[in-house]
Amino acid sequence: MMPTRRKTLQHGAIVAGLLATTGLFPQFAHAFNAKAFEAKNLADVLKALGAGAPVESKDVVITGPDIAENGAVVPLGASSTLPGVKQLLVLVEKNPSALIAMFNITDSIDSNILTRAKMGQSSDVYAVAVMNDGKVLFAKKEVKVTLGGCGG
Amino acid sequence: MADPMRIRAQAAGGNATVRVLMAHEMETGQRKDAAGKVIPAWHISDVTATHNGKTVLTAEWGPAVAKNPFLQFTVKGAKAGDKIAVSWKDNKGDSRTDEATVS
Repeated sequence: MMPTRRKTLQHGAIVAGLLATTGLFPQFAHAFNAKAFEAKNLADVLKALGAGAPVESKDVVITGPDIAENGAVVPLGASSTLPGVKQLLVLVEKNPSALIAMFNITDSIDSNILTRAKMGQSSDVYAVAVMNDGKVLFAKKEVKVTLGGCGG
Repeated sequence: MADPMRIRAQAAGGNATVRVLMAHEMETGQRKDAAGKVIPAWHISDVTATHNGKTVLTAEWGPAVAKNPFLQFTVKGAKAGDKIAVSWKDNKGDSRTDEATVS
């Protein structure tokens, strides 16, 4: 016998309620870092992460094109040759939210990450290394974005 | 279930360089549809990579990572035959894990 629509909807609501209490839905899983991903600039990102004041350093490298023809796909790399890197962050200053991605570096990998980001406009981009000892080091470079027409 | 990731792991000089291409819309939540309604943010929020079962990288991503995200990292001491697994979770609760063998 087919269950009535009412029974089906009631059952669905009960199941949804149960699922919500399991904590399986990740939108709440890193509320701790949600603020970091809403922050508008480097200083606010670091404050949200509880990290110290950043210092520019030649031992951190941000790689990226000088001119990005397509702002939807800009290859950006963050790396550091220093030992003791805890996290590498990639930021695009002029994006609606500055923090693109945060990588937790373990001893098993090189502190060298490459990914691709969306950039809304020409902007400084940052690679930030948060060290195990609490120091925060960064490098920045300007990436120009040509959203349409010929480059240059 | 989302489309599979493409994972390439190549051993060289005692390490393995892992390149991953994930299939995901990575919607920023900034765009509007034809009717003027905001298209909600839908993006990978967490990424985990393991080497022979041991977690070697975790990451948190915002919506500004490019669509069909690319990720490259290097695992120390990985050699041919080792297993690399990459998992992601998105902000709607979807997730996916794919595995590759280091060549």
